[in-house]
Amino acid sequence: MIIKLQNLTKIFENKIAVDNLNLEIDRGEILGLLGINGAGKTTTIRMLTLQTQPTSGRFFYFDDSKQIDSREKILSMIGVVPQHLNFDQDLTVRENLELHAKLHHVKNFRERIDELLKFVELEKVGNSNVKKLSGGMKRRLLIIRALIHHPQILFLDEPTVALDPQVRRKIWELVKNLDATIILTTHYIEEAESLCDRVAILDNGKLIALDSPQNLKKIFEQKNLEEVFLKLTSKS
Amino acid sequence: MKNFLIDTLTVFNRDWIVLKRRLTKFILSRMVAPILYLVAFGWGLGRSIDFAGGSYIDFLVPGILALNSMNIAFNSITPVHAERIYHRSLEEYILAPIVPESFVAGKILAAILRSMISSAIILILAWIFGARIDLTPIFLIALILNSIIFAGIGFLAAMKIDTYEEMAQVNTYILLPMSFLCGTFFRTSTLPDFVRFAIELLPLTHTSYLLRDPNSISLAILILYSIAILILSFRAFRKLTD
Repeated sequence: MIIKLQNLTKIFENKIAVDNLNLEIDRGEILGLLGINGAGKTTTIRMLTLQTQPTSGRFFYFDDSKQIDSREKILSMIGVVPQHLNFDQDLTVRENLELHAKLHHVKNFRERIDELLKFVELEKVGNSNVKKLSGGMKRRLLIIRALIHHPQILFLDEPTVALDPQVRRKIWELVKNLDATIILTTHYIEEAESLCDRVAILDNGKLIALDSPQNLKKIFEQKNLEEVFLKLTSKS
Repeated sequence: MKNFLIDTLTVFNRDWIVLKRRLTKFILSRMVAPILYLVAFGWGLGRSIDFAGGSYIDFLVPGILALNSMNIAFNSITPVHAERIYHRSLEEYILAPIVPESFVAGKILAAILRSMISSAIILILAWIFGARIDLTPIFLIALILNSIIFAGIGFLAAMKIDTYEEMAQVNTYILLPMSFLCGTFFRTSTLPDFVRFAIELLPLTHTSYLLRDPNSISLAILILYSIAILILSFRAFRKLTD
C-alpha cells in the first residue's frame, strides 16, 4: 500500500464534495477515479496533493511501509498533471521543465529533460514559448513535467480532455508504460476500462463501487464498464 | 537555510530570465515617466520656484526616486495575481517541495532588482538634467526598503484579491494618493498638522525624507514596515500551501 484514505471528507460551504471516502491504493497500480462532473474526483486529488485541506478524515502516504509525515517528502514523491494547462506563459518549453526540475531539487536535470522531450517527441519545440504549442503537445508536456523528479505516484486529472482520439491514444500509451503508481480521472470510460487495474466510481462525493473493471462487469452483469458506470450513476 | 537560499534563487532566476528577455523594453519604458517629471516639474515649473535658495530639481529627484521605486516594486509583483487566478501557474510552486517563504523572498528580490535598475536610470537622467544627488549607503538602503514594502503590498494584493478590476483599484486608492501626498513634489511641512500627521504614517513619506536627509526615525519606520509586510506576505503564501 502506498496511500490510505480514512473517512476523507471535504465540505464547501453547504455542499459535501467528498463524503467519508475510505480507500487503499497499492504500489504500482493504475487506479481510475470515475464519476460525473461534481462527483468529487478533482477535490479528492486536490486533497491528496496537498492543495486543499480535508474538512475531516485523513490520508497517509507510505514509503516502504513507513508512514511519510512531512509535506516536503510527500511533494517529492508525487507528480501532478492538472486538468488545466498551468504553464508559466513567459517561459519556453525547456525553461518550464527546468523550473520544475529546480523546484524539485533534481540533479543533472538537463539530461533528464532531453530524455523526456525525446520520449514525447517534443525535442524540436524545446526552445519555443509554451503558448505556441498545440493542445496535444501541451498535454504531453504537462505529463513529462510531472515526471522530471521521478515521482513514485502520478496524479492525472483528465489528462486527455478535449483531445482528438489519436493524441488520446498516444497519451494513454505513455501513461501505461510509466513506472509509477497512477491515480487518474477521466470521462472516457472505455479508456479507463482498458488501462486501469481498478476503478473507483464516485457519486455525489461517495464511493459507490471499487474493483477491477472485469469484476465490476461481472458483479453488475454488464458487458462493458461504461454500462456499469451508467447503471450506477443513473440517478445523478 | 541552505534550501531556503537555493529555492529563493530558483524563484528569482525565473524572473531574471523573463526580465533579461525584455531588458531593452524595460529600460526604455522606465525612462518615459522620469523624463516627463524632470521636464515638467524640474525644468518647467521648477525654474519659477524659489526653493529656499536651493534648486527644486535637487529636491524633486529623491521624491521621483521614491515614487518610482514604489510603482516598479508593486508592479513587478502583480503578475503573481494572474499566475494565481488566471494561468494558475502558481500551482507549480505550491506543489513543489520548497520552503514556502522562499517563493516570497525570490519574488521580492526580483522586484528589488527591477526597482534598482529603474532608479539607476532616473539618477543618470537626473544628472543629465543638472540635478546633483549625494549617493550614500543610506540612500541605497532607503530604496531597497521602499521596494520591499511595496513589493510586499503587491504580493499581499495578489494573494488576497480575486479580480483584475480590484487589483487596479489598489493602484487607484493606495498608490496614486501616496504618489502625490507623500512629499514627492513638495515639503510636507507646508501642510496643516493633522494632514501632515496622517501622511507621516505612510511609508513613502519616510522614503522621501530618508532620501533627502538621513534620519534614524524614518529609517526605523521603514524597517518596521518592511518586517511587518514580509511577515504578512510569508503568512499569506503559507496559507495557500497549508
